[in-house]
Order: sequence, then structure tokens, then C-alpha cells
Amino acid sequence: MSAPIVETLAVMFLVATLGCAVLRPWGLPEVVVALPAAALLVLLGVLPLSQAGAEAGSLAPTIGFLAAILVLADLCDRHGLFEAAGAWMATGARGRPVVLLALVFAAASLVTAVLSLDATVVLLTPVVLTTVARLQLRAKPHAYACTHLANSASLLLPVSNLTNLLAFRASGLSFGRFGATMALPWLAAIGVEWLVFRRFFAADLVGHGETVAVTPPPAPVFACVVVALTLIGFFVTAVLHVDPAFAALGGAVTLAVPTLVRRRAKIRDVAIALDVPFLAFVLALGLVVKAVSMHGLSSLVVRLVPSGESLGSLLIVAVVAAGLANVINNLPAVLLLLPATAAHGAGAVLAVLIGVNTGPNLTYVGSLATLLWRRVLHQRGEELPISEFLRLGVVTVPLVLTTATLALWLSLRLVG
Amino acid sequence: MKVVIWLVEGTWQGCLAAAVRNLPPDSHVALLHVTPSDITEVAEAATAGLLGRVFARHVPGHHYEEAADQAASQILVAGAARLRREGVELLHRRGRVEREVVSAVAQGVDLLVIARDGDRSRLGPRSLGPATRFVVDHAPCSVLLVWPEEPPGIESIPPPPEGHRPPPGPHREGLPGMPQPPLP
Repeated sequence: MSAPIVETLAVMFLVATLGCAVLRPWGLPEVVVALPAAALLVLLGVLPLSQAGAEAGSLAPTIGFLAAILVLADLCDRHGLFEAAGAWMATGARGRPVVLLALVFAAASLVTAVLSLDATVVLLTPVVLTTVARLQLRAKPHAYACTHLANSASLLLPVSNLTNLLAFRASGLSFGRFGATMALPWLAAIGVEWLVFRRFFAADLVGHGETVAVTPPPAPVFACVVVALTLIGFFVTAVLHVDPAFAALGGAVTLAVPTLVRRRAKIRDVAIALDVPFLAFVLALGLVVKAVSMHGLSSLVVRLVPSGESLGSLLIVAVVAAGLANVINNLPAVLLLLPATAAHGAGAVLAVLIGVNTGPNLTYVGSLATLLWRRVLHQRGEELPISEFLRLGVVTVPLVLTTATLALWLSLRLVG
Repeated sequence: MKVVIWLVEGTWQGCLAAAVRNLPPDSHVALLHVTPSDITEVAEAATAGLLGRVFARHVPGHHYEEAADQAASQILVAGAARLRREGVELLHRRGRVEREVVSAVAQGVDLLVIARDGDRSRLGPRSLGPATRFVVDHAPCSVLLVWPEEPPGIESIPPPPEGHRPPPGPHREGLPGMPQPPLP
């Protein structure tokens, strides 16, 4: 096949994959289109089998790592970690809305950093909302805090976001060095969000709620210890030149065994938490994007992305990444940008992460035309809070993006 | 006289206390609480943005609305108990808060009592929250805006800028033909 045809085919398959991920016809999971698309690209010779094999091989450890983190977070929930976090926040806040917001910020930032943004969105947010309702406080600032921090606070560790996991290997950094370099940008992003939230939601952070005396659930000591040890394990394995995915696997197994033995969960529950269709989707999307970047698009990306680790180039990289993440969602965006930026060094890769992780707060639901305008807006017959979401995004994202990139630039000089 | 008192989390106690001091004795009182309908959507939109996650969609749904409804009825019942009068009507609505409040007082209501919210450390044109501002602007009845706490003193007015010359005064002369005000 001629080059333009191959190029067009690859792009068409990517568009189809992403289109179906947004539309999800008949409620089918995203993987149902993504996997055949990847297979067809290999069969048609657009993506040579050897290249596909190499890409799958390089994605496999990342996907394993992801699987372990998904299971770990789910088991933490089964051990009552998130419910306990809700009780701690309620007790600590004692009815004061600003204190509660500070505690929500702390919880969301930590959960996102250690157990990934999925855990914050899926497991922590419902707990925060019920806690706010029980304290008879206004829920809006706290709900937005969870959704914003799931993105902004996912800069710290390779495990915090799937985008980080994908970039981790490309960056060539150790787990410890990744964390040390991103600590300052992480804190900067959270700090900026805090300042904006205090001002933006000033009207909702007034008065005093109830100081409800809830009998606290039993402290999930075991889960806390396992998570802490897993966290230490990430750094220790890196020093020992063992893949940090094994630390996550160790943590997941340690939590799973007593849960299964005491029949608090069935094998089936763990399998659901493992989310095999999602793992397959990541693999298939990786292959489709590989086909696209092999045929022309990567050279375009190379031209778009400047080299060097000056503040100016880091900022451009972060802005391009944020823009792309808002157009095509951050997962394909990071896959597209990585090959081009990895050649420019770790600084550029980390700037990409600042862009793709904090950028999605700009538009409702991290875009793909804001998930096709939240799939035909009126399906639920309700007005959606899109304008408020966008206003908050317009205020926070440019500030977070520049401050975090500035912090990264500083950090690269301090940590090296 | 039909009076509706809008109760909001965080300020409803103060609002009620201030309302009680200002209510005409023969008034028919209704307490109103609106649960915002967009909170769940904020949370669900974040889940929708996670491409490919099948598991995330199978996690049992959010319990916010249940908890929020419970909180709403607690606030309304506690509010009615504080009023200590007969025949208090309790109104609970769900939706876009500011619009629900305006539509709740659209017919046959003479007075709506609401608490000031907003950032009281920065008084000025935007010192009311957006929902309160909307209700003040659009409510088709009289609106009594009360402080949910101790009102600030007159010293909350910022001092005039440097070099500002106040107009000659005090204007105690009155207008021609009017009786002279007594001197202090």
C-alpha cells in the first residue's frame, strides 16, 4: 500500500476507536472496537507484526502494574479505608466547611497520588459527598475538589495516573527520582487549586454544619499498613533494580488473601476490579496509536514539541500536551506525545505529564468534544453544570499549568 | 401574609433566628430547602471521562442523593421545631437551586426570607453568592435579606482613599420650607 493510504487507514482506525469510546454504541465497552481495530491494522500490514509485538512487549509491564493498582484500590475499599477516611474527615471538620475542604484536599491528593486517580473518582468521591451531606454542609466545593484533584494531584508518582505509568518507562527515571522531581510540581498544583477554590467557592464555604457524632468504623489498620509498605516497596524495588510493579502486586496479594479467606470478597469481585476489558483497551489503544505515530504523525509531533529543558520549552510542551488532551482525551494524547518527547529527555516527558494530567480540568469530562457534549446533553433531561465547570477550569488550568511547569523547571535544577 | 423562609446548609440556623425577629405575628410560614441536582453529575462526569474503565461503571451508584434528602428533611424538621408555631409548611425541592427557589415563591407569596451568604471578608458588589444574587434579582415578591450571624458594624465600610475630600456637611440644613432638624 502507498504511504498516504496507510497513513489515512491508521488515522481512520484511531478515530473509529476513539469515536466508539465516546459513543459506546449499545453500551458496549470501549475494547470491543479497539481490539479488532488493532488486530486489523496488524492484518493489513499497517502495523508490522514485529512492531506490534515490540509495542505490546513494552506495554505489558505497565499494564501489569496498572492491574495491580486497580485491585489494590478496590481491596482498600473492601477493607473500609475510604469509609474510614469519610469518618475521619467528618470528625476532623467539626462542622467547619473550610476545614472540611482542607481535609478533602488532603484525602483526594493522597489517594490520587498513592492509589491513582481512578480510586479518587470512583471510590473516594461518593464517600466525600455522603460525608458532606451528613455534616449538613454545601456539597459543591467538595465535589469539584474531588474531580479537580483527581487530575491535578495525579502528578506525584508513576502510579498516580495511567498517563504517568505509560510515561514512566519512557522517561528512564527511577521511581524515586520521578517522585522527587514531581513533588514540587504536585505541591504547586494542589496549592494553586486551593487558592482558587477558596475564592471561587467563597459563597458556599460559609456558616457551620452539624458536628455529627458518628460511631467511627473500625480503623482499617491492616489496609493502611499494606498501603504504606507498598509505597515503601515502590522505592525499595527501584533501588534493587526490581520492577516496582512487583511491589504493587505484593500489596494487592497481601490484601487479597485475607479478604478471600474470610469471604469478604469472591474471586469474581477481584476479577471485576482487575477490569480485564480496560487492560485490553489500553493495549489495543497503544497499538493503534503506535500505527498512527509510525506513519507520519510522530514527525508532526516532533515538529510541534521543542527540545531542551529551558522554562520556555517546558511550558510549550505542557501547553501542547494540555491542548491535545482536551481534544482527544489524555490517554491517546500521552501515547502520541511520548515517542517524540522521550528523545528530548526526562524533563520534556514530565512536562507532557503536567499538560495531560492537569489539562483535562479545562473542559467538562476531559473532552473528546467534552465526551460528545456529555452524550447528547439532554438524555437525562437535566441541565448540566457545564458553564460552572468551564468557568472553574478557565481560572484554574492556566494557573496550575504554568505554576506546576515552573516548579518542574526548578525541580529539574534542584534534583537534577 | 404568606412568608417563605429559604434554608441553606451552613446558614439556616441564623436565617431562622433573624426571620423570627422580623415575622408579622399573623403570617403563614413555609420553610423551603432545595437539594442541588448537579452534584451527582459533577461526580459522574469525572467517571465518564475515564475512558475504557468498565469496572468504574459497575461500582454501586452514588449515595449522595439519599444522604442529601435525609439532611434536607432534618434541616426542615429542626427548623420547624425552632419556629414554635402552628401550621408551618415544609417544602423540599430538588433541581437548579436558584431557579427552584424563585419558582417556589412564584405565586401567592408575599415575602421571601433569605440569608446572606458570600464572602463576608470581601464586602462589595459581588459579596452575595451567585444563587443568592439570582434569587434577589428574580424573586417576584419582597425579599428580606438577613444576616445569618451578628451584622457587621458600620466600620466594615472601607476608609475613603487618600486625598479624598468629603462633601461639605453634615447636611442638617434641610430643604427650604422644611422644619429644621433638632441639633444634637
